[in-house]
Amino acid sequence: MNNRTVATCAAAVLATAALTGCGSSGGSGSSGPVELTYWSWAPGMDKVVALWNEEHPDVKVTVKKQASGDDLVTKTITAAKAGEAPDLVQAEYQALPTLVGNDVLADISGEVGDAEREFAPGVWQQVTLGTDAVYALPQDSGPMMFFYREDLFEEYGLTVPTTWEEFAETARALKEKAPEKALTTFSSNDAGLFAGLAQQAGARWWTTEGQKWKVAIDDAATRKVADFWGSLVKEGAIDNQPMYTPAWNKALNTGKQIAWVSAVWAPGTLTTAAPDTQGKWAMAPLPQWEKGANVTGSWGGSTTAVTNDSEHKEAAAEFATWLNTDPEALAALVRESGVYPAAQAAQTGDALKEAPEFFSGQTDFHERAAKIAEGTAPAAWGPNVNVAYSSFKDAFGAAAKKRSDFGAALRTVHETTVADLEKQGFEVAK
Amino acid sequence: MTATAPTLSPAPTGAAPTPRAPRRTALVPTAVLALGTLYCLLPVAWVLVAATKSGRELFSTFTFLPGTGLTDNLADLSAYRDGVYWRWMANSALYAGLGALLSTAVSALAGHALAVYRFRGRETVFNVLLTGVLMPPVILAVPQYLLLAEAGLADTHLSVLLPQILSPYGVYLARVHADAAVPADVIEAGRMDGAGEWRIFRTLALPMMLPGLVTVFLFQFVAVWNNFLLPYIMLGDDEKFPITVGLFTLLQQGAGTPALYTLVITGALLAIVPLIAVFLVIQRFWSLDLLSGAVKS
Repeated sequence: MNNRTVATCAAAVLATAALTGCGSSGGSGSSGPVELTYWSWAPGMDKVVALWNEEHPDVKVTVKKQASGDDLVTKTITAAKAGEAPDLVQAEYQALPTLVGNDVLADISGEVGDAEREFAPGVWQQVTLGTDAVYALPQDSGPMMFFYREDLFEEYGLTVPTTWEEFAETARALKEKAPEKALTTFSSNDAGLFAGLAQQAGARWWTTEGQKWKVAIDDAATRKVADFWGSLVKEGAIDNQPMYTPAWNKALNTGKQIAWVSAVWAPGTLTTAAPDTQGKWAMAPLPQWEKGANVTGSWGGSTTAVTNDSEHKEAAAEFATWLNTDPEALAALVRESGVYPAAQAAQTGDALKEAPEFFSGQTDFHERAAKIAEGTAPAAWGPNVNVAYSSFKDAFGAAAKKRSDFGAALRTVHETTVADLEKQGFEVAK
Repeated sequence: MTATAPTLSPAPTGAAPTPRAPRRTALVPTAVLALGTLYCLLPVAWVLVAATKSGRELFSTFTFLPGTGLTDNLADLSAYRDGVYWRWMANSALYAGLGALLSTAVSALAGHALAVYRFRGRETVFNVLLTGVLMPPVILAVPQYLLLAEAGLADTHLSVLLPQILSPYGVYLARVHADAAVPADVIEAGRMDGAGEWRIFRTLALPMMLPGLVTVFLFQFVAVWNNFLLPYIMLGDDEKFPITVGLFTLLQQGAGTPALYTLVITGALLAIVPLIAVFLVIQRFWSLDLLSGAVKS
């Protein structure tokens, strides 16, 4: 390394310092348009935001695309600790209590007007956390449904189950007719699915009692769900292999598994997982615990939240409201980001008129989906959902593999969650 | 990406040191090394093959059967969000290239100073650095973020570069190498001839330390190139992401959106090309060693 190289390096460092020195002060100036940054993972979000920027020259929103998941929650909390959180963040419903608990999210109940009536009560309740505050606006939701291979159901003379009892019968009937096939699998690698099923049965895992948290993962409703799936796995009526693996893709693609309990976004997943089965699927409501009911749980879905670090909370809340309730914005969200909007008007709107390409045979796909979404059960999330979820993965993963008692696994999840809450310093009601 | 192969000691316990015995024991290490090589290369081969498959073929055809979609994958990757991938590639090159260069410079100076000069607290400084070697950089990422945010540098290119400039392991390596490769006599001779300390470092010590510094550079380059957590925490702006963090956003797009596996795999394949190139280019410096220095025998 000669003198010149050293000099070049030094110059480069200084130049970078100078550049960042003048570049990092955006957003706080009093003149010019208000600048908002928005962390989001939805694909195509920049195109949706471009519509806003065109119509609102005084409030400019910039999307910084992020990766979704628990890591983003951690990253947002860390940024907020340093006072560097963006004005707006996309957050999953179950992450809201964690973010609120860390004082990251602003209460925007004063700015959102009467947005509440745009959403199903079970969805809206998840952004208020059962209080008078509003911590976010629902963006997309994932009402759960039953997806099945219409052609194979016909081939094996099966009828679409409307109750969970019928679901078990269907699984057994298929095993009898075609022992090498399975109706579906019980997968432990995404706890969101099980949480949704528990919500449908009426579970409320985290609630508050005065200043204390009350954990009820081991409640009667959840136990009913765990025992139901546990006995199906134990008797071998359904498979016990995890989802989202190459083997699972193959099982769906070749018709070895002929149904999937999933959410409204399943067509997108099936498109990549089972490309050869296009047009052979149909969607039905989730089987019910009580005949004739219309209750479903949620799996996935996210919100738009405003942070306490934002210097322009009002403008940010205005943008969040526009994004999730304005017909034009919602149409763009459906078109560009492929989300299933939480706003009820948009669920039957023009943008969702046509059935997903993968379900081309079912022309009333979205009409039916909207009807199912009306029955979305409320969900009760707490400050350590991530701990409960990872404990679920371990405990139920082992139980499914060994085809052993799911009740014991559920107790493990419950106890781990309570212990973690206590360790974090929360008071837990017994 | 390091794989430590288990070290089997081929110790021939017992007697019978026949002349043929050493030849036989060599089989075991060779087999172990071959196994280790296979273990390291198999995933690379998988990436190579998987990058040629289209989304349709990826999970449905035989794992090591090449597909037909390589050109499409490359085109899709380049087209993804107006070629943001190449931007990430450039960012990675900046972080790894400049970062490794600066880190090597700091290591060389510090290593030289620690090896050549005797001063009070020298061993303390060195021991503190050794402790730094034991400290995984992962646990420092969050404190570093909070510090840099305090300085107003969060979410800038500097926030990724600065923490990686001081590499305790690099300084350690440079000192050990300077100890071994730069004879005290040479330094002494330089002083006798009236050279200043800076000139001694530049014209005498540096060339002798070069092979060691190349190692430091390579280690640091690979470390920065593969680093995920630090840039992940530091950066919010996806225009400043390195490849590692960028590809992560393609994988995690939310529950409703399928991961872009084919793009990620193709992107990962392209991301190792610069690493291999750097290795091939720099490799030749290793053989220089002491020959390039002026030493009495």
